[in-house]
Amino acid sequence: MFRVPSLVLDWISEKVLHFGRITLLFLDAVRWAVRPPYRIMNILRQMDFVGTKSLSIIITTGAFTGMVLALHGYLTFRHFNAESLVGATVAVGMAREMGPVIAAIMVVGRVGSAMAAEIGTMRITEQIDALTSMSINPVQYLVVPRIIAGITMMPILASLFSLAGFIASYFISVAVLHISGGDFIYHVHDLLEMNDYTNGLIKSVFFGFFLTLIGCYYGYYATGGAEGIGKATTRAVVVASVTVIVSDYILSAMMFK
Amino acid sequence: MIKILDLKKSFGKEEVLNGLNLTIQDGEITVILGRSGAGKSVLLKHIIGLTKPDDGKIFVNGDEITSMTEKELNRIRVDFGMLFQEGALFDSLSVWENVAFPLVEREHLPKAEIRTRVAKKIDQVELTGMDDKMPSELSGGMKKRVGLARALVTDPKIVLFDEPTSGLDPITENSITDLILKTHEIEKITYVIISHNIKFALAVADKIAMLHKGKIYAEGTPAQFQKSRDPLISGYVSGNLNEIMHG
Ligand SMILES: Nc1ncnc2c1ncn2[C@@H]1O[C@H](COP(=O)(O)OP(=O)(O)OP(=O)(O)O)[C@@H](O)[C@H]1O
Ligand SMILES: [Mg+2]
Repeated sequence: MFRVPSLVLDWISEKVLHFGRITLLFLDAVRWAVRPPYRIMNILRQMDFVGTKSLSIIITTGAFTGMVLALHGYLTFRHFNAESLVGATVAVGMAREMGPVIAAIMVVGRVGSAMAAEIGTMRITEQIDALTSMSINPVQYLVVPRIIAGITMMPILASLFSLAGFIASYFISVAVLHISGGDFIYHVHDLLEMNDYTNGLIKSVFFGFFLTLIGCYYGYYATGGAEGIGKATTRAVVVASVTVIVSDYILSAMMFK
Repeated sequence: MIKILDLKKSFGKEEVLNGLNLTIQDGEITVILGRSGAGKSVLLKHIIGLTKPDDGKIFVNGDEITSMTEKELNRIRVDFGMLFQEGALFDSLSVWENVAFPLVEREHLPKAEIRTRVAKKIDQVELTGMDDKMPSELSGGMKKRVGLARALVTDPKIVLFDEPTSGLDPITENSITDLILKTHEIEKITYVIISHNIKFALAVADKIAMLHKGKIYAEGTPAQFQKSRDPLISGYVSGNLNEIMHG
């Protein structure tokens, strides 16, 4: 009879534990980020991994997302003879939501998982202990560059995602759906505001931060061999994806009034 | 001098160390013997502050390290080198980069000096020509030797070795034993060596300490160990496992 409450309590205490430890890891990262030495090469290497290496996947998924949005927009707006609004809907939707969120989810899959696996392997094979034994703080050496890469590259990736989507939707609209290019652009100009774009950028800074911190966290606290690394990777992806979606609502509710 | 007082450490319900006392003299080679799972690696990690004890104190040259912050510990650790049981090589870095790592990341030495020092250490562990190999391309014994080179490259004052000779063929084992003795002769560094290998322990140790049931069961010179009538010790020295198992 008391099983259910105790299961709930266990569940809550586990969540609280994770939340507490992840906050501590974050505070530790802030503390070590401002202390020298500043390892520029490490940061650049992570930026390359998070940013440059995500380009093709971001541009491809961005383009197709833009195309499918254009298609659905066209099918709906057609009933009101307002097909030329397709461009504006795609642009606003991309800038506010699709760009930041879908790009972040793509990067969670590619980067968050890799960070959890890489740092988890280093934990389990004592490479993190080895760093510590050489007076090199592992949070400073491993976590800080990854978070910096996340918060700097994610807005760029989200912008490229939106841009690719917008360009692709233009071509689909003009070439396949026979919407006038001039009207398409005119409505975008009319309806898209700078705010849509900057708010989207701010959100993707948060997403980049969450997904790298969560990836690093699950790796950093990995235990128990190869199986442990597998678990850490899966959890990092699930928790980071959920965090992106939930925080997207909270941030949006605060921004778009 | 390293002084360990009443060290206690449990993992869950399992008591690994329960009130361990040990003094390690400067400039000596101390070999820690003990059966697999006795807690030797755990003890070594306490000495360099990688693990926090549940209770007890550790003094390194008079400084109590168990209550230190990471920042303070990092100052103490500069004097240490450590060889991990499985090597703990950075698997994204080549052999050369692994050995050079502490010099590049911590000592910030000029490039030319790093090159000479790394080349010398790689030579000493007989891995000449392997500079560009990645850890995944090395055998277990080779990894161990890279780890050894990395532990020694900073010329530390205290070196902790977790089983330096395990997994090596007899010839390499001899040359590693020679290397340890030779570097020790030149510098009189403090060595703490974990080993299963009684022959090795008797050959290199100034002092042997035997870890058993969470405590130091016995300590003494190799000669004292060889003469001992204690069934557990003589069992260990003669390799009579029965005595050790039931001791
Ligand atoms: N991080 C840890 N978490 C839980 N238990 C641990 C941990 N580290 C060590 N132990 C336990 O402590 C005991 C001692 O481990 P330790 O690695 O020190 O043994 P050892 O003497 O070095 O053995 P070996 O000669 O096989 O390397 C073992 O029972 C091990 O299961
Ligand atoms: Mg061990």
